[in-house]
Amino acid sequence: MTASESLLSLRRITKGFGKIPVLHEIDLDIGSNEIVALVGDNGAGKSTLIKVITGVHSPSSGEVWFKGERRNEHSVKRSREIGIETVYQERALADQQALWRNMFAGRELTNRFGFIDVAKQKAETERLLRRQMGFTSKAITIDSEVRGLSGGEKQGVAIGRALYFDADLIILDEPTMGLSLKETTRVLDFVKDIRRQGKSAIFIDHNIFHVYDVCDRFVILDRGRIAGDFRKEELSQPELVRKMLLLATTGSLDEEGAQA
Amino acid sequence: MSGGSEQVTGEAVAPQPVAKGRDWAAFVAAHKIQIAITLILVGLYSLFLTGNPDVFLRYDIYRSFMSTMPFFGIMALAMTFVVTLGEMDLSFPSVMGFSTWVFGTVYVSSESFLLALLACLLVGVIAGLGNGLLVAKVGIPSIVATIGTMFLWRGAVNMAAEGKGIALVSLRESPLHQVFVGRLFDDVLPMQFVWMVAIAVFLGLIYRRHRFGSHVLFVGDNAASAAMMGIKVDRVKIACFMLVGGFAALAGVFLTSEVTYFWPSQGDGMLLTTLAAVFIGGTSVFGGKGTLYGTFIGVLIIGSLEAGIVAIGLTGFYVQFLYGLLITVSVSIYALLLRRGG
Ligand SMILES: Nc1ncnc2c1ncn2[C@@H]1O[C@H](COP(=O)(O)OP(=O)(O)O)[C@@H](O)[C@H]1O
Ligand SMILES: [Mg+2]
Repeated sequence: MTASESLLSLRRITKGFGKIPVLHEIDLDIGSNEIVALVGDNGAGKSTLIKVITGVHSPSSGEVWFKGERRNEHSVKRSREIGIETVYQERALADQQALWRNMFAGRELTNRFGFIDVAKQKAETERLLRRQMGFTSKAITIDSEVRGLSGGEKQGVAIGRALYFDADLIILDEPTMGLSLKETTRVLDFVKDIRRQGKSAIFIDHNIFHVYDVCDRFVILDRGRIAGDFRKEELSQPELVRKMLLLATTGSLDEEGAQA
Repeated sequence: MSGGSEQVTGEAVAPQPVAKGRDWAAFVAAHKIQIAITLILVGLYSLFLTGNPDVFLRYDIYRSFMSTMPFFGIMALAMTFVVTLGEMDLSFPSVMGFSTWVFGTVYVSSESFLLALLACLLVGVIAGLGNGLLVAKVGIPSIVATIGTMFLWRGAVNMAAEGKGIALVSLRESPLHQVFVGRLFDDVLPMQFVWMVAIAVFLGLIYRRHRFGSHVLFVGDNAASAAMMGIKVDRVKIACFMLVGGFAALAGVFLTSEVTYFWPSQGDGMLLTTLAAVFIGGTSVFGGKGTLYGTFIGVLIIGSLEAGIVAIGLTGFYVQFLYGLLITVSVSIYALLLRRGG
């Protein structure tokens, strides 16, 4: 795939914080309607990589292409405008603000003078809350503050928000962390929905069984480098597990390399 | 959370009819702080009215309150934005001093109220920009940065004015003087109070209903989350400091127009009363939560406290003690209200 054909292309992305290098010359393409798993140990640089994609961090060097265009001056605001929505590992909610404000943070529904259409934001939040996120508890309303919510409910809000804006690429960074079995199933259903709607996703999760279930492709990140990139057809689930184990124990993916 | 594509975008939901009783309970729950401060104001005025009905049943004292409150009240309204960010500005009284020196000087040389006003506001906004850049771009904690600029601007006005005041009696002849500090309805309503109410309503709308206010709340609550949602955190902070700078300059114009005199220590002594009005008003020093209504009532309380205390027969020695009592009691009430209700 060339940069102009795929939905998202990263070219030789390098990123460091001060003197500490975190990502080394990452090349990655995400096709349209492709669900890509990004797996790797804690500290491998997965969250940093997606923050470069969303514009939270600017890369030290390298190029970001999206929908066939090179994105200079990439910013979070811009990336959301062009169709990238993200569920961050940190969830990116504000604890003391009402749900109807959190849902539209940074993308408020306003008139041309910048005044918020509160009624509309509330109605949309209500709809998302009851239908999309399946919140049934009467204790949670659109005026509830985020800090009263459980971990799963917070994640529900973050996911509902990411899906609301009709993005073409949805990034989910460890969305099942700390969730119950039932809540996890819901998140996985979401990811399947993304594929059904013809959109793309990057899905980060430590659970290989989740990942194998919902993704088309597996990109393995190891200490800031891409160590492997496999399509589902090429690799059975046990093989993926074995590769991950091999990487964790020997620091390399191929068996010969491990012995050397 | 599960469902098909048709649920992601599209149809709006009809507003659900809610029982009147639940509506009322929800309103009380959502406005605890506003209700608390209103009760404090009512309590205080009941005390004044019973303590000295002669004074407090006549109009004179209210006219006097209305003419003096706006000088610090306008700054308190603007400061609510900075405090909501979880930041602090200690420099605004000095900014007021320097920008009103500019006002006086430009007026004396040009005889134009309008020109002097514009120059004054510009200087205030630029001083605010300086604070904002120090905090957002250089990365100095705001309390430290504004200690620096507090001395800087007060020093600048001392150097510029060399300790001398500027007589501005001819300001009275300008039509704009009437617009700013005239009296409406045959000496009943001071214009500066009308302005303060208008500014309170306008800033209140910005705070609660405008994108900018929403961003201020979000940044004050969790700046990292705000950045991840595409809010330009630095710009929001800089804008809030500019707002305070501009309104400090405007407050200086009101004060100078009222007394038709500029003196170099102008603004001194307003720092703590202004901040007290914001905190009595219920805006959280931790950021992310606040109310312009609360600040407005806080201004009414702080602005009438001194005169009220003296009128009910206590000496001026009691003033500071009662300020302190009122502030500690009110912020304790808010802390308890917030801890319980969430
Ligand atoms: N803002 C930051 N400043 C400095 N170092 C960071 C920052 N964000 C991440 N890192 C470092 O980069 C490395 C990769 O982190 P991260 O991308 O969060 O990994 P992962 O998501 O794969 O667990 C870690 O060593 C982490 O400490
Ligand atoms: Mg991570």
